[in-house]
Amino acid sequence: MAVETTRGHAGVEVRLEELSRRYGPVVALNELNLTLAPGELVALLGPSGCGKTTALRLVAGLEESNGGRVVFGGKDVTGLPASKRDVGMVFQAYSLFPHMTAMENVGFGLTLRRKTADERRRRAGEMLELVGLSGFADRYASQLSGGQQQRVALARALAIEPTVLLLDEPLSALDAKVRSRLRDEIRRVQLEIGITTLFVTHDQEEALAIADRVGVMQSGHLEQLGPPTEIYARPATPFVAEFVGLTNRLPGEVKNGVVEVRGTRLPLVQPDAPHGPAIALVRPEAVSLSTDGAMSDGPLVGTVIAVAFLGATSRVTVDLGDVRVIAQMPTSTAASTPAGTRVRLDLRNDPVLIAREEKASVDA
Amino acid sequence: MNRSRRLKLRIFRTVVLLLMGAFFLLPIGAMVEFSTRGNSVISPRTLDAWVLIAQTPGLVKGIVTSLQLAVITSLGMLVLLLPTMVWVRLRLPQISRIVEFICLLPLTVPAIALVVGLKPLYIWININVTPSVLALAFAYLILVLPYSYRSLDAGLAAIDLKTLSEAARSLGAGWITVMWRIVIPNMPSAILNAGLLSVALVLGEYTVASLLNFQNLQVEVAYVGLTNAPTSTAVAVGALVLAFVLLMVLTLVGGRLQQHNYIPGQRA
Repeated sequence: MAVETTRGHAGVEVRLEELSRRYGPVVALNELNLTLAPGELVALLGPSGCGKTTALRLVAGLEESNGGRVVFGGKDVTGLPASKRDVGMVFQAYSLFPHMTAMENVGFGLTLRRKTADERRRRAGEMLELVGLSGFADRYASQLSGGQQQRVALARALAIEPTVLLLDEPLSALDAKVRSRLRDEIRRVQLEIGITTLFVTHDQEEALAIADRVGVMQSGHLEQLGPPTEIYARPATPFVAEFVGLTNRLPGEVKNGVVEVRGTRLPLVQPDAPHGPAIALVRPEAVSLSTDGAMSDGPLVGTVIAVAFLGATSRVTVDLGDVRVIAQMPTSTAASTPAGTRVRLDLRNDPVLIAREEKASVDA
Repeated sequence: MNRSRRLKLRIFRTVVLLLMGAFFLLPIGAMVEFSTRGNSVISPRTLDAWVLIAQTPGLVKGIVTSLQLAVITSLGMLVLLLPTMVWVRLRLPQISRIVEFICLLPLTVPAIALVVGLKPLYIWININVTPSVLALAFAYLILVLPYSYRSLDAGLAAIDLKTLSEAARSLGAGWITVMWRIVIPNMPSAILNAGLLSVALVLGEYTVASLLNFQNLQVEVAYVGLTNAPTSTAVAVGALVLAFVLLMVLTLVGGRLQQHNYIPGQRA
C-alpha cells in the first residue's frame, strides 16, 4: 500500500530480501527481510551494533552483502555500485564538500548527470528553498551551522530525484532543539516529495515521532516491525518492550494465562506462557499512585524517593523495599506526591509481556 | 601573560629569528659574493660567472633535465601515491602501517645502497627501454616517497575522507570523479607541499645521478666547478633561489586555496 503524500505521487517499493552481512565471524545482518511501501518512511531503531546502519549501507551500495537482494521498484540493484543506485543519502557526519558553496553542493549530483548550468541552478535553488535555506546559497560549509549543513545535505540528496532516500542518523550531531525542528522538517519534506525513505536512528523518540513504521533491530535481525503506536503499546518481545520506552521489571508468577505481581493479577500478551516465576514488564504510565486510605505495609505500598519533572508529565520513583517502580503521570498529579510520601501503587489491567531473567529493576 | 614576560618572549623570538636567518643567509651571501668576484680582490664586481651559465651548454642542459625530472617525479608521485593512500584509508586500513613502513623505508637506505640495488635495473632499462636521463625519475620516485607520504598523510587526515567520498558516490560519482573533484580540491596545501618537497629534492640531487652516470643539474654543477668555480657557485645559488621562489609561490597559492575553503570562526 502506497503512502499518500501532499504532492499526490508516491515513490517506489523497496525490498530487502534475506539480506546478510558478515565481518569475519561476526554476523552484522542476518537474513533481513523488509519491504518499504512506495512513499513510506520506515525507521530502523536499535542499539549500537544491531545492524541497522549496515542494512542502510547495503541498500546504498556502500557495502557488499554476503547474501540476499536489494530491490528498488521491482529492479534488483544488489550488484550495482553506489554511484549507479540512484539513492540520496544524508550522513551522520557533516558531509558537505568543504570547497563548494551550498548551491554547488546541491548541484553536484546534477553536474554528474550532465544537466545544464541553468537546470542545475534552478533545481538547486528549488531544493534550497524546500529546506528553507535559499538565502544561504553562496555560503561554504564552514559558514553554516550544523543544522543548516544537514539541511543542505538533505537538499543535495533530494536534488538528484533519487529512487530512495536514506538517512543515516542525520540528527545525532545536533543539539536537542535543532534536532527536534529538523526532524519535523525532514518529515515535511519527505511527505511533500513522497519519496520512499529508510531512516536509521538509535533515538526512539526520533523514530516514533516521524516514521510510518518502526523496525526494532537486535543482533542483526528485526525484532518487530510496525506502526509506532503498536511498537510502543504492544511490543512483541521483551527486548522491544525494554528498548522502546521505559519499563518496570517486576517479579511475579505466571499461572493460567495471567501473571500475578505482588497480589495483582495482570493478563499476559501471550496467555499460553508456561507457568512459573517471571519478570512482568510494566510501562510507567500503567502505574498510578494513590495516597488515600490506610498506608499500612502491603505488597504495593512504598515511599516516593524521587520526582523527575519532564514538563507536562513527571516521573515518580517509588521504593517498595525490594524493588523500585517508576510511575509516569501528569505533573499536576505528581505534585501531590513529593519525595517522602507514602503511596499505594495500582497496576492497570493491560496485557503485559514477561521476561524470564531473575533480575528485577527499572530499565530505560 | 604579563607585559615583561611578553617582551622577553618577543626578544627571544627575534634573536632566534636573526640567528636562524644568519645561519641560512650567510653561506648564500658568501656564495653570491664569490660568484660576483672579479679575477682579484681589488677587481670590481662582475656578473661574468652568471652570464657564463647560459653559455655553458652542459649547465643549460642540466637545468632543463633537472626541471623535467622534477615535474615528472612530482606528477608521478601524485599519480602513484595519492590514489594508493586514499584506497588504503578507505578499503584496506589494516595495511596502512605496512604502506607507511614501505614509504618511509627509503629514508633509511643510503644512496649508495640504493644505486647498487638499482644499477642492474637501469642497465636493463638502458638497453631495452630508453637510455634517457629522464629514467632517473624512477629512482627519484623512491627517494621522494617518505616526504611526500608524510605531507599527503597529513592532508588526508585533515578531511573526513570516508564520508566525503561516500557522499560523492551516493550522488553518482565514480572513483576518478571522487579523486578529481572531491579529494584533490580539499587538500591543496598537502598536495602542493608534497610537490614542492619532490621538486626541491630532485633539483638538489647529486649522488644517485652521479653514481648511475646521468647528467643532471647538480652533476653538471660539480663538473663545471672543477674548471670554473664561480659559475658553478652561481648555478648553485640560482637553484636555491628557484627552490625558494617555488616555495613562496606554492605557499601563497596553497594559503589562498585553503582560505577559500575554510573561513574559521564564521558561522551563521
